[in-house]
Amino acid sequence: MAAALPSEGMAARIEALRRITFVDVVLWGMRILIVFVVVGGTIGTLIQGRYTGEQWFDNFMFGLMIGGVYALIALGYTMVYGILRLINFAHGDVMMCGAFTSYFLANGLYRSGYLDAHPVISMILIMGLAMITCSVIALVVERICYRPFRHIRTLAPLICAIGASFFLQHSFRGMYGSSVRAYPDPVWLEGEFEIFGFGIPYTQPFVILIALAAMGALYLVVNKTKMGTAMRAVSEDRDAAAMMGIDVNKIIVFTFILGGCMAGIGGVLFCMVYNQIYYFTGFLPGIKAFSAAVLGGIGNVPGAMLGGFFLGVVESVGPALFLDGVGIRAPYQLRDLIAFTMLVMVLIFRPQGILGERLATQRA
Amino acid sequence: MAFDVIASSYREREKEHTPLGHAVIAGISFGATGIFAALVGILYLFHERWIVAWVPEGAADPSGLTLGQSLLLVFAMWAGVQVARKTGEERLGAACLLGAGAGLVAGAVLCVLPIIMSLVKLRFMFIALTQHLYDMLTSGLGLGLGVVVLLVAGALAGAFGALLYRLSPRARRPIIYALVWMASIGVFQELIQLLAQQEVLDPIREWFFTWDGLRPQGAIAIGLVAAAVIAVWDTTRARLEETFVALPQGQQRLLHGSGVALLLILVLILFPLVAGNFIGQVMLFIGLFILMGMGLNLEIGLAGLLDLGFVAFYAVGAYTCALLTADSPYAIGQRVDWFPMFNWWWAMGMAVLMAVFVGVLFGIPVLKIRGDYLAVATLGLGEIVRVLVLSDFAAPVLAGAQGVLNIPPPYLFTGAAVDDPIELYYIALGAAAVAAYFAYRLENSRLGRAWTAIRDDEDVAQALGINLVNVKLLAYGLGAAFAGLAGAIFATMLTSIYPHSFQLIISVNVLALIIVGGMGSLPGVVVGALALIGLPELLREFGEYRFFFYGVAIVAVMRLRPAGLWPSAARRREMQLEEETRAAVEAQLAAETESGAASSPEGPAR
Repeated sequence: MAAALPSEGMAARIEALRRITFVDVVLWGMRILIVFVVVGGTIGTLIQGRYTGEQWFDNFMFGLMIGGVYALIALGYTMVYGILRLINFAHGDVMMCGAFTSYFLANGLYRSGYLDAHPVISMILIMGLAMITCSVIALVVERICYRPFRHIRTLAPLICAIGASFFLQHSFRGMYGSSVRAYPDPVWLEGEFEIFGFGIPYTQPFVILIALAAMGALYLVVNKTKMGTAMRAVSEDRDAAAMMGIDVNKIIVFTFILGGCMAGIGGVLFCMVYNQIYYFTGFLPGIKAFSAAVLGGIGNVPGAMLGGFFLGVVESVGPALFLDGVGIRAPYQLRDLIAFTMLVMVLIFRPQGILGERLATQRA
Repeated sequence: MAFDVIASSYREREKEHTPLGHAVIAGISFGATGIFAALVGILYLFHERWIVAWVPEGAADPSGLTLGQSLLLVFAMWAGVQVARKTGEERLGAACLLGAGAGLVAGAVLCVLPIIMSLVKLRFMFIALTQHLYDMLTSGLGLGLGVVVLLVAGALAGAFGALLYRLSPRARRPIIYALVWMASIGVFQELIQLLAQQEVLDPIREWFFTWDGLRPQGAIAIGLVAAAVIAVWDTTRARLEETFVALPQGQQRLLHGSGVALLLILVLILFPLVAGNFIGQVMLFIGLFILMGMGLNLEIGLAGLLDLGFVAFYAVGAYTCALLTADSPYAIGQRVDWFPMFNWWWAMGMAVLMAVFVGVLFGIPVLKIRGDYLAVATLGLGEIVRVLVLSDFAAPVLAGAQGVLNIPPPYLFTGAAVDDPIELYYIALGAAAVAAYFAYRLENSRLGRAWTAIRDDEDVAQALGINLVNVKLLAYGLGAAFAGLAGAIFATMLTSIYPHSFQLIISVNVLALIIVGGMGSLPGVVVGALALIGLPELLREFGEYRFFFYGVAIVAVMRLRPAGLWPSAARRREMQLEEETRAAVEAQLAAETESGAASSPEGPAR
């Protein structure tokens, strides 16, 4: 027996080798390629030393800022997924709706000088309007597109969500016009201050702090309130929660409102970062925020926050760090590529995300 | 597609309302829909198209009924129908009264808009709130009288809707058909008049139409004819059906499918010949989308793989064709000495092969991803392809944003160039016919059944010995082949290609036409392409809103008719089975409650 052992081990190994299909080979090839680009690119860039420490710091801070916005939007995806097991494809466009509507208020306040004179009140007004709009639209979408399919687990709700996404985009295009509008840029966000010799524009701490505050508030709502507890119960098991006397319908509505509020804040912040808005603004941040949600583990609230910041930073630092080093021309054109690649890679190799435990490969 | 997998046993009960409550709710929701249509701008857009129009003596502008006005009337009618259905009111008079109430509420809600418009100027925000819209809403009579008109018209339309709902089908169908035919002939009058522009037909045409719309007498005549035809059809239908049922099964199926299909094919072949270049161009687009639709149909309809990166295969086909044939410095034949320049036909073959290759390559990483996630993953992959093509990184090979120019047309063996849209259309149609034959044969092949099996349940399919890897990759590869073919035709149609032609919107476009036509249904693809690609091209001014209508169409079809306009045969059988099961279960439940009531303690006491 003892003599047979090694050969048995051999046989098992050969058997394991025999089972490797070309699919595995391709997937391993992809892994190796990614690792090569990341490691090789990093080393290459650092050796070349084309970027100064200040540039890295700028990129990093910008990443944190935009990451905060992604995290806010990602929360909407992740909460709805947790409750309904549904990808709310229209969420990015819901964000656009709120931000676009708030633009008119922001512009009015800016023109009258009120925005510059009373920053706190006007920001509360602007964000409040965006939050209300987003919540209302999220609820309408839920009522029309998702509720009829609540008990159906197939592609139907997702297809409906795709339809809703286009419907929202183009109805807002019809209402507010197709031109790109310049989101107002208040005086008190101009300029920068210095820390450790690095200049930081005021926009960055402003966006990051508001995002963190909103996330903190959401975390408290989800973890400390009765509604939040009920929400988590429904996301664990809808049937059991219903039997415990939780009004599932109310919880779903509450979830969409919470997601809409976060999207409203995120949308206003996004517009303040890029200073522009038009009807298609919601699409790209929507996809990226979804990537962030998947990255953090979909259905997982802290995961979405973490994923958002992570994605923002990688996306912002990545082109210079990874792509420049491998000798790619104009790496910043490929910025979106990093987010999409991360999305696909996470879905392929670690569908449960960083913190999550749900599997995309389980019956979706 | 199995749309009825139940995820949770939790059900909510619909709230109960009094009949009056129903009327108010229906009225408010349809009135709000009307306001929404006005805000988005489609109401005024529709208002610019006449259905019935005539120019009164001494007036410059025509008067009559526009599509926009009829849209509002339809909303009010629908509110009436909704109330009649929800309350289940049996008495005709009461139902009509409720319908009138709902229509009145809808009209009242709609009145809010002109009143607000007269008080505040909202145009800085809502660009659609123009003076023209105001005039339309108030019928040009000023606010006071206009509001009265809205209210009265709403009430009448609501009552009419409820009346229609309560009538017997025998009486209802002719009325509905008459209205629908009047509306559609009125809307498409330009096209019809263009087709009928011949010396001989002129007097008839002029009796029916003005150049704005139908004449009243024309509308009435068309309505009468449509109603009469439907009435006659309804009376003879029973007899025809008897004869039909008496036929053997095979002949039945042949007659049923082939009748309409034959008509469709005849339209596809002959229509562009009669209609000229513009229609040829439109039909060419339709042909391309039919091709792509059939490809995506293999993936979604049969194999259940929701692929939002489909446009990548289209791009691969177009770029392969362009790089092999184009008279441009980017063409491989001009850059590499030993590499020959291809003619279009060979390049088309290569485009298909390339697309298959890329399809398989595309499929490998996403093999294990299921359901919703697959949609997002493929969306990501498709966007990766687009960003890459657009970037400077790939520009030395793929020409970046400037695109590849000077793609030659196909040459026939006679040496004639095929560059006319109508001629190209016939190539597309031929390709679509071949593709349709393949798709049709695939559907019922071993492979097609394997696809259906993994669509319905992947785990069970695997347990039954279906090789998931091969079968899925075949779905991606074969689906991509169709898109590659379409891409090759697209490249030669435009003679130049740019990355901007290959946006995600194309994938959604194809998805929408499959959904509307019916998933997994080949004729459905044709119907969907005619409806979603053809209509916006014919009604030019609606083109700007086409994606708005796509969104509406997707949601509406998913909610109201998930099997699509032309359900596949398999789906039809399933629906019938479901219907029978539901009836049986309901009967059983009814029996149980009856016996339960009899045996329960309170039973005897009653």
